[in-house]
Amino acid sequence: MSSSSAFNDEKGGSSSVGEPEYGHDPASGGIFSSDYKRHDDLKEMLDSNKDSLKLEAMKRIVAMIARGKNASDLFPAVVKNVACKNIEVSPPRPSRYRDISQTDPNQLIRASALRVLSSIRVTIIVPIMMLAIKEAASDMSPYVRKTAAHAIPKLYSLDPDQKDQLIEVIEKLLADKTTLVAGSVVMAFEEVCPERIDLIHKNYRKLCNLLIDVEEWGQVVIINMLTRYARTQFLNPNANESLLEEGGEKTFYGSDEEEGKEDKVEAAALVVKRKPYVMDPDHRLLLRNTKPLLQSRNAAVVMAVAQLYFHLAPKAEVGVIAKALVRLMRSHSEVQYVVLQNVATMTIKRRGMFEPYLKSFYIRSTDPTQIKVLKLEVLTNLANETNISTILREFQTYIKSMDKDFVAATIQAIGRCATNIGEVRDTCLNGLVQLLSNRDELVVAESVVVIKKLLQMQPEKHSDIIKHMAKLTDNIQVPMARASILWLIGEYCEHVPKIAPDVLRKMAKSFTNEEDIVKLQILNLAAKLYLTNSKQTKLLTQYVLNLAKYDQNYDIRDRARFIRQLIVPTDKSGALSKYAKKLFLALKPAPVLESPFKDRDHFQLGSLSHLLNAKAGGYQELPDWPESAPDPSVRNVEVPEWTKCSSREKRKEKKVEKPFYSDSEGESGPTESADSGNQSGCVCLSQPVNSSPDSDTGSGSGSGSDSGSEDSGSESGSEESEGESDSEKDEKDKRKSGKKKAKKTAPESEERIYVSFCVALLLKCSFPSPQAASPTCGPLKTYELLHRITGEGLAVTYCFSRRPFTGDPHMVSVQIQFTNNTEVEARSLRVLEPKLQSGMRIAEFPEIDVLPPGEISTVVMGIDFCDSTQAANFQLCTHTKKFFVTIQPPVGELMMPIFMTENEFKKEQGQLMGMNEITEKLTLGEGCRGDHVIIQRVISTANLSRVPCGSAMECRFAGKTVTSGSLVLVTVVTKEERAAQVTVNCEKMLIGTMLVKDILQALSQ
Amino acid sequence: MIHSLFLVSTAGHIFLEKHWKSVISRSVCDYLFEAQGKASAPENVPPVIATPHHYLISVYRDRIFFVAVIQTEVPPLFVIEFLHRVAETFQDYFGECSEASIKDNVVIVYELLEEMLDNGFPLATEANILKEMIKPPTILRSVVNTITGGRELRSVFAWSVAQGSGSSNVGGTLPTGQLSNIPWRRTGVKYTNNEAYFDVVEEIDAILDKSGTVVFAEIQGVIDACVKLSGMPDLTLSFVNPRLLDDVSFHPCVRFKRWEAERVLSFIPPDGNFRLMSYHVNAQNLVAIPVYVKQNVSFFETGSSGRLDITVGPKQTMGKTIEDVVITVHMPKVVLNANLTTNQGTSTYDPVTKVLVWDIGKLNQQKVPNLKGSLSLQSGAPRPDENPTLNIDLRIQQLAISGLKVNRLNMFGEKYKPFKGVKYVTKAGKFQVRT
Repeated sequence: MSSSSAFNDEKGGSSSVGEPEYGHDPASGGIFSSDYKRHDDLKEMLDSNKDSLKLEAMKRIVAMIARGKNASDLFPAVVKNVACKNIEVSPPRPSRYRDISQTDPNQLIRASALRVLSSIRVTIIVPIMMLAIKEAASDMSPYVRKTAAHAIPKLYSLDPDQKDQLIEVIEKLLADKTTLVAGSVVMAFEEVCPERIDLIHKNYRKLCNLLIDVEEWGQVVIINMLTRYARTQFLNPNANESLLEEGGEKTFYGSDEEEGKEDKVEAAALVVKRKPYVMDPDHRLLLRNTKPLLQSRNAAVVMAVAQLYFHLAPKAEVGVIAKALVRLMRSHSEVQYVVLQNVATMTIKRRGMFEPYLKSFYIRSTDPTQIKVLKLEVLTNLANETNISTILREFQTYIKSMDKDFVAATIQAIGRCATNIGEVRDTCLNGLVQLLSNRDELVVAESVVVIKKLLQMQPEKHSDIIKHMAKLTDNIQVPMARASILWLIGEYCEHVPKIAPDVLRKMAKSFTNEEDIVKLQILNLAAKLYLTNSKQTKLLTQYVLNLAKYDQNYDIRDRARFIRQLIVPTDKSGALSKYAKKLFLALKPAPVLESPFKDRDHFQLGSLSHLLNAKAGGYQELPDWPESAPDPSVRNVEVPEWTKCSSREKRKEKKVEKPFYSDSEGESGPTESADSGNQSGCVCLSQPVNSSPDSDTGSGSGSGSDSGSEDSGSESGSEESEGESDSEKDEKDKRKSGKKKAKKTAPESEERIYVSFCVALLLKCSFPSPQAASPTCGPLKTYELLHRITGEGLAVTYCFSRRPFTGDPHMVSVQIQFTNNTEVEARSLRVLEPKLQSGMRIAEFPEIDVLPPGEISTVVMGIDFCDSTQAANFQLCTHTKKFFVTIQPPVGELMMPIFMTENEFKKEQGQLMGMNEITEKLTLGEGCRGDHVIIQRVISTANLSRVPCGSAMECRFAGKTVTSGSLVLVTVVTKEERAAQVTVNCEKMLIGTMLVKDILQALSQ
Repeated sequence: MIHSLFLVSTAGHIFLEKHWKSVISRSVCDYLFEAQGKASAPENVPPVIATPHHYLISVYRDRIFFVAVIQTEVPPLFVIEFLHRVAETFQDYFGECSEASIKDNVVIVYELLEEMLDNGFPLATEANILKEMIKPPTILRSVVNTITGGRELRSVFAWSVAQGSGSSNVGGTLPTGQLSNIPWRRTGVKYTNNEAYFDVVEEIDAILDKSGTVVFAEIQGVIDACVKLSGMPDLTLSFVNPRLLDDVSFHPCVRFKRWEAERVLSFIPPDGNFRLMSYHVNAQNLVAIPVYVKQNVSFFETGSSGRLDITVGPKQTMGKTIEDVVITVHMPKVVLNANLTTNQGTSTYDPVTKVLVWDIGKLNQQKVPNLKGSLSLQSGAPRPDENPTLNIDLRIQQLAISGLKVNRLNMFGEKYKPFKGVKYVTKAGKFQVRT
């Protein structure tokens, strides 16, 4: 796209005023030497006849854009080259790219065309883009589908109103089974609809299984998304143990002891309440499948897995990530920086994990400062009674470093170790006091600040240190340190009764030259001394207060006024002055030195938000574990497609129905035929009355949840077309016919699905979105491929499952069922040497390695029949035998349903008149009364979809041929008595003729 | 994801910008310059900077800042890893990743960036795929281009247009690498000499304290490969002692399951140079430190001077010679000059950067290299508190210090007999001696 960005008119960002450096940059090569004034030259070059000149001009324009120059005034000149014959110069044209993206035989070119198209950011082409994306999403090439996934966020950012339609495409692509698509579509999902967690259910296991083969960038996105998903769907694996143990760990921190106990009690109570935890197998699947990725060369992938384990794994298993994270410490310093941030957060919660790697966090003098500080943080978090002496020894060497910021951080770290681990408090304090004689003022100042905090914990023991620090006021100039010393002396003036007034005297002398924070502390010191030792310090305090009264800083003036009123007794002084001593010399709690990384783990680790400790735009919160696990069955994928319904409501409904059919729960035979569709009404109908005595309860419970009436089934079935127009008489007929049909083929599990579908429909009281016409359902006709006698015990049947063949939409999918009736295993069942008519293609089923005796195995293969009823011949092989077999499709299986409105139907029909129209009259058969039977028979004959229409006398059906996509339109008009007329409009006359014949036969039976 | 990319030189000159979505003003880089001003060295600029409207994630490589502008949440490592991949691609294409080479090849750079990111999301980052679409510059090609008018605007888009219009203006084959399950290898590779070389490179990371005792030491290794084999070879590399390897990471081509089960590396290699694996040798095993260092650096309280005395000698070398020994010392700021003599190699002191470099060369048993002399300090300045650390660089040919040994290399899937070779090298990684 380098050329097309040249005329990108959004280039308004940078000024069109030429920068002076532009013309005379000595380093710039030929390309860079072109001046902004010479745009005319470029225009001339673009207008010239020579392609070489044009190319040169284009190159210069690219170079200009690369430097952020505005090239928009060259736009017209570039556009002129649209007509240029040299293809390398010509910029893109939207409509042309759309055509290419849909028709070119080469998948790479289709993909690139879509990429170009989607990169054009102009709102007018939104509809074109939408169409192209939809088309590409069902392309047979996974690479094109990947490109479609990439285009989704582009279109979304261009026009957010398209969200609903895009979600449909995302849903479709999520179901894709190739690794190429997975990463890209999850990325689109995260950009467009990260909240639609429900779309993931059906694809969860597939994503887990594909993960290891997805390209590395996709892996990162998928793992992060699955982390969030798992947090909503599974139970906390650490709910029981961790509470107890964490409580135990906490007691290392002296101050937290009581809290810890409380936690323990609480935790124990919780443990009693909870049931023993059993990990969901899907949860386990995720952990198991991500673990190998810790070995990835890509740091982002390793980090993604690490955060997944940290957030999701049982405590005992989290340890595995430590090694991998420590490995990343060898990588570039930027990687180290991010990894250390995350390790710092992890070490607070799970210290044990990194303890064996303590030495890997030792600091080298060549590390960048920010890395040093983070390593220090980790070392501090890892410190405990056993390793503290090693760590302190290490810290001692750090204090000698040349990097003063780092030394300051080390002193802070020592202070934190001292507060956390009581045993070493005195050692640390002594060490810090030694630092007070350091030559570097920064070091001393930092030490003072830390010592102040430490002393506050047990001041009575350390009056000598306070004395020592009092001496320092003469030398130390760092305001923060001076302020700290003054505060210490004021606070513990009882421990140093002789020195304190003297310090105040010195300070009063230098008051005017001090920094603001020091001045405030001088005031504090004065006030405290006045309250404890007013005899010696009264005058000094007055003096200081007077100085402060005229200070430039209003804070200081305020403070002075406040203190004066409070401590100096006057006639007017209020009730407060009595309590002055309590106010100033109250016992102050010791500060808690906490890690800045404490509680950062409420952000998802590895995220930008975690790193910044602030929510970044677009950050998705990591949800808390649910109290009780949501239904795990939502992730089952054996159930047919329509359960993928998008709204939560529907899923709930499904849950409700379940218990009714629990008896048939066990049977999960092939349910290939059960697909959704508006036209499934007739089949639904047949269910309530089918065969068994249970059926009454079946229908009762099914409909009972809402309408409760008997004819609920019929309502749902005919709702779109004629609904209530049916008489009661028809009802009986329907039942009869339904009964027949059901007995014929439908296996029991299918029935269950039909009935539940009816219920779903009833509850919803409308059909699912008619947008995407899905294959019509109906009992499948099974054909014999190999008789068990000819097959020497191996029986093979096939049927047309009427599902789009995954991988190639131009193929008819044929479901083949092998039954081994022999006593021995049949091995390596496969297709051999297909003999096909020209143009026909075959996608073989994966070889079946072993078929044990008595077992049944089902596979799906795809055949492109080229819209002809010519048979596909091939050999079926076992490890010993070969059988010549033939699959001949009925004409009705060569098409797939499409959805149309009545108007569209009429319009299309109008264009397929004359030769393309075939009409036949007929007399309807004995059992063929009522539209439902007609609809059902037509649909079982041909894979078409019902077109809703207003008239009760007409039924319309639409479809297109699988290979060429020619329209097939069928109209059945019923007349007086049992007369009827069938009209088929189809571009392919042969197909039309054959289809009419088949339909006639079906209807006149 | 990644919104825009700016390439900035250390001098603060933005010499390339690329936007994948809308244009973001280059003034956003001011925040980087601000951070750079605060930092003492370019390495110390924080990699992630939050600005009011954007986030800047940058990496510093080869004296260039690669600055990615981000608008919404994205894992920072994702961006950092990608930016390093960009730098590596430039390195691969132009031989070096420098401001000059990027400027010279601005069109190729633009094409690469366009293919590597689609709408801010990584698309094709495998060098193999990129090279199919965008040919690296060669002298011959640049000559041809100047004569014929150039063909550099060649990318997948050019392909699509060419094919769509039925024109055959753009020759060659389509880049099919993106379609295969093994995107790292292109099909139809042909060589007259089929050869596969593996370099086992180990680095010793160690910290020694003043007295020479080991504070911390570990061995990090990599196996770099240069494979030039025709067709689709399937290679298996096995080790004599795979148990040594404690933690490993692999190129995506390695089949992890086989490693788990059998401890062999089984893979279909990329074409050309690549890093097959990197590993870590268990730190619990004793690491043999190949050299000993005796040092004494001291500064006197009076007279503004100091003394330096360093001796290096071989130790535990398993009969191999240690080569290319270089000792680098970052001196405290107050050290003005050094007056040093040595009995082997050369020593230089740069008073501006305060770096002392002693290039020793080969270490031999008979004569132990020694460097000593005096340091002159800034007069009047107090004696520095800190002592400098010694960074040691060395190399041992024909030895993997951990003892790791390749057992054999087998090839399946192709009929010819390849030429195979394995080389071992040990280097010093982050090897420091504290004083």
